[in-house]
Amino acid sequence: MEYILVIISAVLVNNVVLVQFLGICPFLGVSNKIDTSLGMGVAVVFVMSLANLVTYLIRNYVLVPLQIEFMQTITFIFVIAFLVQVVEIILKKAAPALYQALGIYLPLITTNCAVLGIAILAIQKNYDLLMSVLYAAGIAAGFTFALVLMAGIREQLALADTPKGMRGFPLSLVTAGLLSLAFMGFSGIVK
Amino acid sequence: MLVLGTCPTLAVTTAAINGIGMGAATTFVLVCSNLIISMLKNLIPNKVRIAAFIVIIATFVTIVDLVMKAYTPDLYKALGIFIPLIVVNCIILGRAEAFAQKQSIWPSVLDGIGMGLGFTLAITLIGSIREIFGNGSIFGLRLLTEQATTVLIFVLPPGAFVTYGLLIAIMNRIKLRLKI
Repeated sequence: MEYILVIISAVLVNNVVLVQFLGICPFLGVSNKIDTSLGMGVAVVFVMSLANLVTYLIRNYVLVPLQIEFMQTITFIFVIAFLVQVVEIILKKAAPALYQALGIYLPLITTNCAVLGIAILAIQKNYDLLMSVLYAAGIAAGFTFALVLMAGIREQLALADTPKGMRGFPLSLVTAGLLSLAFMGFSGIVK
Repeated sequence: MLVLGTCPTLAVTTAAINGIGMGAATTFVLVCSNLIISMLKNLIPNKVRIAAFIVIIATFVTIVDLVMKAYTPDLYKALGIFIPLIVVNCIILGRAEAFAQKQSIWPSVLDGIGMGLGFTLAITLIGSIREIFGNGSIFGLRLLTEQATTVLIFVLPPGAFVTYGLLIAIMNRIKLRLKI
Protein backbone atom coordinates (compact mmCIF):
# COMPACT_ATOMS: atom_id res chain seq x y z
CA MET A 1 0.00 0.00 0.00
CA GLU A 2 2.78 2.35 0.95
CA TYR A 3 4.46 1.67 -2.41
CA ILE A 4 1.27 2.42 -4.35
CA LEU A 5 0.85 5.72 -2.52
CA VAL A 6 4.41 6.74 -3.33
CA ILE A 7 3.78 6.08 -7.01
CA ILE A 8 0.47 7.96 -7.12
CA SER A 9 2.04 10.85 -5.27
CA ALA A 10 5.02 10.92 -7.64
CA VAL A 11 2.96 10.78 -10.83
CA LEU A 12 0.08 13.10 -10.02
CA VAL A 13 0.28 14.99 -6.75
CA ASN A 14 3.94 16.01 -6.75
CA ASN A 15 4.40 16.02 -10.50
CA VAL A 16 8.08 16.60 -11.10
CA VAL A 17 7.75 19.28 -13.75
CA LEU A 18 4.54 21.06 -12.89
CA VAL A 19 4.77 21.11 -9.11
CA GLN A 20 8.44 20.60 -8.22
CA PHE A 21 9.99 22.51 -11.15
CA LEU A 22 12.62 19.93 -12.02
CA GLY A 23 13.50 19.17 -15.62
CA ILE A 24 11.92 22.27 -17.11
CA CYS A 25 14.52 22.54 -19.90
CA PRO A 26 13.68 19.23 -21.63
CA PHE A 27 10.02 19.78 -20.77
CA LEU A 28 9.97 22.99 -22.80
CA GLY A 29 12.56 21.87 -25.34
CA VAL A 30 11.27 18.46 -26.46
CA SER A 31 7.52 19.00 -26.17
CA ASN A 32 6.91 19.98 -29.81
CA LYS A 33 5.55 16.66 -31.01
CA ILE A 34 3.79 13.80 -29.24
CA ASP A 35 6.01 11.00 -30.59
CA THR A 36 9.32 12.70 -29.74
CA SER A 37 8.07 13.45 -26.25
CA LEU A 38 7.08 9.79 -25.79
CA GLY A 39 10.60 8.77 -26.86
CA MET A 40 12.16 11.20 -24.41
CA GLY A 41 9.78 9.99 -21.69
CA VAL A 42 10.75 6.33 -22.10
CA ALA A 43 14.45 7.24 -22.04
CA VAL A 44 13.93 9.26 -18.84
CA VAL A 45 12.03 6.43 -17.08
CA PHE A 46 14.89 4.07 -17.91
CA VAL A 47 17.77 6.35 -16.89
CA MET A 48 16.11 7.78 -13.80
CA SER A 49 15.27 4.38 -12.27
CA LEU A 50 18.79 3.15 -13.00
CA ALA A 51 20.34 6.36 -11.63
CA ASN A 52 18.43 6.05 -8.35
CA LEU A 53 19.42 2.41 -8.02
CA VAL A 54 23.12 3.17 -8.53
CA THR A 55 23.25 6.38 -6.46
CA TYR A 56 21.51 4.58 -3.58
CA LEU A 57 24.09 1.80 -3.64
CA ILE A 58 27.01 4.22 -3.95
CA ARG A 59 25.81 6.41 -1.12
CA ASN A 60 25.11 3.60 1.32
CA TYR A 61 28.04 1.34 0.49
CA VAL A 62 30.76 3.84 -0.44
CA LEU A 63 30.10 7.36 0.82
CA VAL A 64 28.60 6.53 4.22
CA PRO A 65 31.23 3.94 5.29
CA LEU A 66 34.02 6.33 4.26
CA GLN A 67 32.22 9.24 5.98
CA ILE A 68 32.44 11.47 2.92
CA GLU A 69 28.74 12.28 2.48
CA PHE A 70 29.67 15.86 1.56
CA MET A 71 31.05 14.47 -1.71
CA GLN A 72 27.47 13.54 -2.68
CA THR A 73 26.89 16.24 -5.31
CA ILE A 74 30.17 15.62 -7.13
CA THR A 75 29.82 11.84 -7.04
CA PHE A 76 26.20 11.80 -8.17
CA ILE A 77 26.69 14.09 -11.16
CA PHE A 78 29.56 11.88 -12.31
CA VAL A 79 27.66 8.67 -11.78
CA ILE A 80 24.74 10.00 -13.82
CA ALA A 81 26.92 11.25 -16.68
CA PHE A 82 28.79 7.93 -16.68
CA LEU A 83 25.56 5.94 -16.54
CA VAL A 84 24.09 7.73 -19.53
CA GLN A 85 27.23 6.96 -21.54
CA VAL A 86 27.15 3.28 -20.54
CA VAL A 87 23.45 2.95 -21.35
CA GLU A 88 24.10 4.54 -24.72
CA ILE A 89 26.95 2.13 -25.55
CA ILE A 90 25.06 -0.95 -24.36
CA LEU A 91 21.91 0.00 -26.26
CA LYS A 92 23.94 0.62 -29.40
CA LYS A 93 25.38 -2.91 -29.25
CA ALA A 94 22.53 -4.90 -27.74
CA ALA A 95 19.38 -3.26 -29.05
CA PRO A 96 20.08 -1.19 -32.16
CA ALA A 97 16.37 -0.68 -32.85
CA LEU A 98 15.78 0.80 -29.41
CA TYR A 99 18.94 2.86 -29.78
CA GLN A 100 17.62 4.28 -33.04
CA ALA A 101 14.49 5.38 -31.26
CA LEU A 102 16.04 6.72 -28.02
CA GLY A 103 19.58 7.56 -29.14
CA ILE A 104 19.22 11.27 -29.62
CA TYR A 105 17.48 11.74 -26.28
CA LEU A 106 20.09 10.01 -24.16
CA PRO A 107 22.80 12.71 -24.19
CA LEU A 108 20.12 15.28 -23.39
CA ILE A 109 19.31 13.46 -20.17
CA THR A 110 22.69 14.22 -18.60
CA THR A 111 21.69 17.86 -18.45
CA ASN A 112 18.25 17.02 -17.07
CA CYS A 113 18.36 18.40 -13.55
CA ALA A 114 15.46 16.12 -12.59
CA VAL A 115 17.72 13.04 -12.61
CA LEU A 116 20.18 14.52 -10.12
CA GLY A 117 17.36 16.21 -8.19
CA ILE A 118 15.34 13.03 -7.72
CA ALA A 119 18.44 11.05 -6.70
CA ILE A 120 19.15 13.62 -3.97
CA LEU A 121 15.47 13.84 -2.92
CA ALA A 122 15.21 10.06 -2.54
CA ILE A 123 18.25 10.15 -0.23
CA GLN A 124 16.77 13.03 1.77
CA LYS A 125 13.50 11.13 2.19
CA ASN A 126 15.40 8.10 3.54
CA TYR A 127 13.77 5.68 1.12
CA ASP A 128 15.00 2.08 0.99
CA LEU A 129 16.31 0.61 -2.25
CA LEU A 130 13.01 -0.68 -3.69
CA MET A 131 11.15 2.47 -2.65
CA SER A 132 13.83 4.68 -4.16
CA VAL A 133 13.66 2.94 -7.54
CA LEU A 134 9.84 2.92 -7.53
CA TYR A 135 9.84 6.60 -6.62
CA ALA A 136 12.15 7.38 -9.55
CA ALA A 137 10.01 5.34 -11.94
CA GLY A 138 6.88 7.12 -10.71
CA ILE A 139 8.46 10.55 -11.02
CA ALA A 140 9.68 9.73 -14.53
CA ALA A 141 6.22 8.47 -15.49
CA GLY A 142 4.81 11.77 -14.23
CA PHE A 143 7.39 13.60 -16.32
CA THR A 144 6.35 11.64 -19.41
CA PHE A 145 2.67 12.27 -18.68
CA ALA A 146 3.21 16.03 -18.39
CA LEU A 147 5.46 16.05 -21.47
CA VAL A 148 2.91 14.23 -23.66
CA LEU A 149 0.03 16.42 -22.44
CA MET A 150 2.10 19.52 -23.19
CA ALA A 151 3.07 18.23 -26.65
CA GLY A 152 -0.59 17.59 -27.49
CA ILE A 153 -1.50 21.14 -26.53
CA ARG A 154 1.45 22.65 -28.37
CA GLU A 155 0.67 20.74 -31.57
CA GLN A 156 -2.72 22.46 -31.58
CA LEU A 157 -1.32 25.83 -30.51
CA ALA A 158 1.15 25.84 -33.41
CA LEU A 159 -1.82 26.25 -35.75
CA ALA A 160 -3.40 29.09 -33.78
CA ASP A 161 -2.87 32.76 -34.51
CA THR A 162 -1.09 34.02 -31.39
CA PRO A 163 0.32 37.49 -30.59
CA LYS A 164 3.89 37.90 -31.89
CA GLY A 165 5.44 38.70 -28.52
CA MET A 166 3.90 35.58 -26.95
CA ARG A 167 5.15 33.09 -29.56
CA GLY A 168 7.58 30.37 -28.52
CA PHE A 169 8.92 30.37 -24.98
CA PRO A 170 6.37 32.69 -23.24
CA LEU A 171 3.38 30.83 -24.65
CA SER A 172 4.86 27.48 -23.55
CA LEU A 173 5.35 28.86 -20.04
CA VAL A 174 1.79 30.16 -19.76
CA THR A 175 0.48 26.82 -21.09
CA ALA A 176 2.59 25.02 -18.50
CA GLY A 177 1.09 27.35 -15.88
CA LEU A 178 -2.44 26.33 -16.85
CA LEU A 179 -1.47 22.64 -16.82
CA SER A 180 0.07 23.15 -13.40
CA LEU A 181 -3.17 24.74 -12.22
CA ALA A 182 -5.03 21.64 -13.42
CA PHE A 183 -2.60 19.37 -11.57
CA MET A 184 -3.24 21.29 -8.36
CA GLY A 185 -6.61 19.58 -8.40
CA PHE A 186 -4.82 16.38 -7.41
CA SER A 187 -3.31 17.85 -4.26
CA GLY A 188 -4.76 16.31 -1.14
CA ILE A 189 -5.21 12.82 -2.62
CA VAL A 190 -2.02 11.68 -0.91
CA LYS A 191 -0.41 13.49 1.96
CA MET B 1 20.01 35.44 -20.54
CA LEU B 2 16.65 35.05 -18.89
CA VAL B 3 15.91 31.81 -20.67
CA LEU B 4 18.93 29.98 -19.23
CA GLY B 5 18.58 28.50 -15.75
CA THR B 6 14.83 28.10 -15.83
CA CYS B 7 14.40 25.55 -13.06
CA PRO B 8 15.72 27.63 -10.13
CA THR B 9 14.08 30.74 -11.60
CA LEU B 10 10.67 29.12 -11.35
CA ALA B 11 11.17 27.13 -8.20
CA VAL B 12 12.66 29.47 -5.62
CA THR B 13 10.99 32.77 -6.54
CA THR B 14 8.09 32.56 -4.09
CA ALA B 15 9.63 35.53 -2.23
CA ALA B 16 12.06 38.30 -3.16
CA ILE B 17 14.60 37.29 -0.51
CA ASN B 18 14.87 33.77 -1.95
CA GLY B 19 15.70 35.35 -5.31
CA ILE B 20 18.60 37.27 -3.74
CA GLY B 21 19.84 34.20 -1.88
CA MET B 22 19.74 31.99 -4.95
CA GLY B 23 21.30 34.76 -7.05
CA ALA B 24 24.14 35.26 -4.57
CA ALA B 25 24.86 31.54 -4.38
CA THR B 26 24.85 31.20 -8.17
CA THR B 27 27.04 34.31 -8.60
CA PHE B 28 29.60 32.97 -6.12
CA VAL B 29 29.84 29.65 -7.95
CA LEU B 30 29.94 31.40 -11.33
CA VAL B 31 32.76 33.80 -10.36
CA CYS B 32 34.87 31.14 -8.63
CA SER B 33 34.48 28.55 -11.38
CA ASN B 34 35.22 31.15 -14.08
CA LEU B 35 38.35 32.19 -12.15
CA ILE B 36 39.68 28.66 -11.72
CA ILE B 37 38.79 27.57 -15.25
CA SER B 38 40.51 30.58 -16.81
CA MET B 39 43.60 29.87 -14.70
CA LEU B 40 43.70 26.19 -15.65
CA LYS B 41 42.65 26.55 -19.26
CA ASN B 42 46.08 25.52 -20.61
CA LEU B 43 46.35 22.53 -18.30
CA ILE B 44 42.99 20.94 -19.03
CA PRO B 45 43.09 18.62 -22.07
CA ASN B 46 40.41 19.53 -24.56
CA LYS B 47 38.81 16.07 -24.61
CA VAL B 48 37.96 15.93 -20.92
CA ARG B 49 37.21 19.61 -20.46
CA ILE B 50 33.49 19.22 -19.73
CA ALA B 51 34.18 16.64 -17.02
CA ALA B 52 36.90 18.88 -15.56
CA PHE B 53 34.56 21.90 -15.58
CA ILE B 54 31.89 19.89 -13.79
CA VAL B 55 34.32 18.85 -11.02
CA ILE B 56 35.35 22.48 -10.51
CA ILE B 57 31.76 23.70 -10.47
CA ALA B 58 30.60 20.89 -8.18
CA THR B 59 33.40 21.72 -5.73
CA PHE B 60 32.19 25.30 -5.33
CA VAL B 61 28.57 24.18 -5.16
CA THR B 62 29.52 21.89 -2.27
CA ILE B 63 31.25 24.83 -0.54
CA VAL B 64 28.14 27.02 -0.93
CA ASP B 65 25.93 24.17 0.24
CA LEU B 66 27.91 23.64 3.45
CA VAL B 67 28.35 27.38 4.18
CA MET B 68 24.63 28.14 3.73
CA LYS B 69 23.65 25.14 5.84
CA ALA B 70 25.80 26.52 8.67
CA TYR B 71 25.13 30.27 8.50
CA THR B 72 21.71 30.80 6.85
CA PRO B 73 19.65 27.74 7.82
CA ASP B 74 16.29 29.40 7.01
CA LEU B 75 17.34 30.35 3.50
CA TYR B 76 18.92 26.91 3.10
CA LYS B 77 15.60 25.31 3.93
CA ALA B 78 13.69 27.62 1.56
CA LEU B 79 16.01 26.93 -1.39
CA GLY B 80 16.27 23.23 -0.51
CA ILE B 81 17.15 20.89 -3.34
CA PHE B 82 18.00 23.76 -5.67
CA ILE B 83 21.33 24.54 -3.98
CA PRO B 84 23.01 21.25 -4.98
CA LEU B 85 21.28 21.63 -8.33
CA ILE B 86 23.27 24.81 -9.07
CA VAL B 87 25.75 22.30 -10.48
CA VAL B 88 23.46 21.59 -13.44
CA ASN B 89 22.48 25.24 -13.98
CA CYS B 90 23.18 25.79 -17.67
CA ILE B 91 24.39 29.38 -17.11
CA ILE B 92 27.50 28.23 -15.26
CA LEU B 93 28.66 25.50 -17.63
CA GLY B 94 27.62 27.73 -20.53
CA ARG B 95 29.87 30.60 -19.39
CA ALA B 96 32.75 28.21 -18.68
CA GLU B 97 32.48 26.78 -22.17
CA ALA B 98 31.78 30.00 -24.04
CA PHE B 99 33.94 32.49 -22.15
CA ALA B 100 36.23 31.44 -19.31
CA GLN B 101 38.14 28.73 -21.19
CA LYS B 102 39.22 31.24 -23.84
CA GLN B 103 39.89 34.38 -21.79
CA SER B 104 42.40 35.48 -19.19
CA ILE B 105 41.63 35.75 -15.49
CA TRP B 106 40.26 39.28 -15.09
CA PRO B 107 37.76 39.30 -17.95
CA SER B 108 36.49 35.89 -16.77
CA VAL B 109 35.93 37.12 -13.22
CA LEU B 110 34.16 40.25 -14.49
CA ASP B 111 32.06 38.14 -16.83
CA GLY B 112 31.08 35.95 -13.88
CA ILE B 113 30.12 38.99 -11.80
CA GLY B 114 28.12 40.53 -14.66
CA MET B 115 26.25 37.34 -15.53
CA GLY B 116 25.64 36.57 -11.86
CA LEU B 117 24.24 40.04 -11.18
CA GLY B 118 21.99 39.81 -14.25
CA PHE B 119 20.63 36.46 -13.05
CA THR B 120 20.19 37.78 -9.49
CA LEU B 121 18.32 40.84 -10.75
CA ALA B 122 16.02 38.75 -12.94
CA ILE B 123 15.04 36.23 -10.26
CA THR B 124 14.71 38.93 -7.60
CA LEU B 125 12.33 40.79 -9.92
CA ILE B 126 10.19 37.68 -10.44
CA GLY B 127 10.36 36.95 -6.70
CA SER B 128 9.21 40.51 -5.90
CA ILE B 129 6.27 40.36 -8.30
CA ARG B 130 5.13 37.02 -6.92
CA GLU B 131 5.56 38.14 -3.31
CA ILE B 132 3.70 41.44 -3.83
CA PHE B 133 0.70 39.88 -5.56
CA GLY B 134 0.63 36.58 -3.71
CA ASN B 135 1.49 37.68 -0.22
CA GLY B 136 1.03 41.47 -0.15
CA SER B 137 4.59 42.02 1.04
CA ILE B 138 8.09 42.60 -0.26
CA PHE B 139 11.28 41.30 1.41
CA GLY B 140 8.99 40.32 4.28
CA LEU B 141 7.68 43.90 4.76
CA ARG B 142 3.88 44.16 4.71
CA LEU B 143 2.53 46.43 1.97
CA LEU B 144 -1.13 45.66 2.58
CA THR B 145 -3.14 45.19 5.74
CA GLU B 146 -3.75 41.69 7.04
CA GLN B 147 -7.38 41.76 5.83
CA ALA B 148 -6.51 42.62 2.23
CA THR B 149 -7.23 39.90 -0.30
CA THR B 150 -4.12 38.63 -2.07
CA VAL B 151 -3.90 36.53 -5.20
CA LEU B 152 -2.65 33.34 -3.58
CA ILE B 153 -2.08 31.65 -6.94
CA PHE B 154 1.04 33.80 -7.49
CA VAL B 155 2.98 32.03 -4.75
CA LEU B 156 1.76 28.60 -5.89
CA PRO B 157 3.47 26.71 -8.75
CA PRO B 158 1.13 27.93 -11.57
CA GLY B 159 1.93 31.54 -10.66
CA ALA B 160 5.62 30.95 -11.34
CA PHE B 161 5.00 29.75 -14.88
CA VAL B 162 2.52 32.50 -15.72
CA THR B 163 4.56 35.37 -14.20
CA TYR B 164 7.73 34.25 -15.94
CA GLY B 165 5.92 33.68 -19.25
CA LEU B 166 4.25 37.09 -19.19
CA LEU B 167 7.50 38.87 -18.25
CA ILE B 168 9.28 37.37 -21.24
CA ALA B 169 6.30 38.18 -23.45
CA ILE B 170 6.53 41.84 -22.33
CA MET B 171 10.27 41.86 -23.05
CA ASN B 172 9.69 40.37 -26.50
CA ARG B 173 7.01 42.97 -27.17
CA ILE B 174 9.39 45.80 -26.24
CA LYS B 175 12.10 44.28 -28.45
CA LEU B 176 9.67 44.04 -31.39
CA ARG B 177 8.60 47.65 -30.84
CA LEU B 178 12.17 48.91 -30.82
CA LYS B 179 12.99 47.08 -34.04
CA ILE B 180 10.08 48.73 -35.87
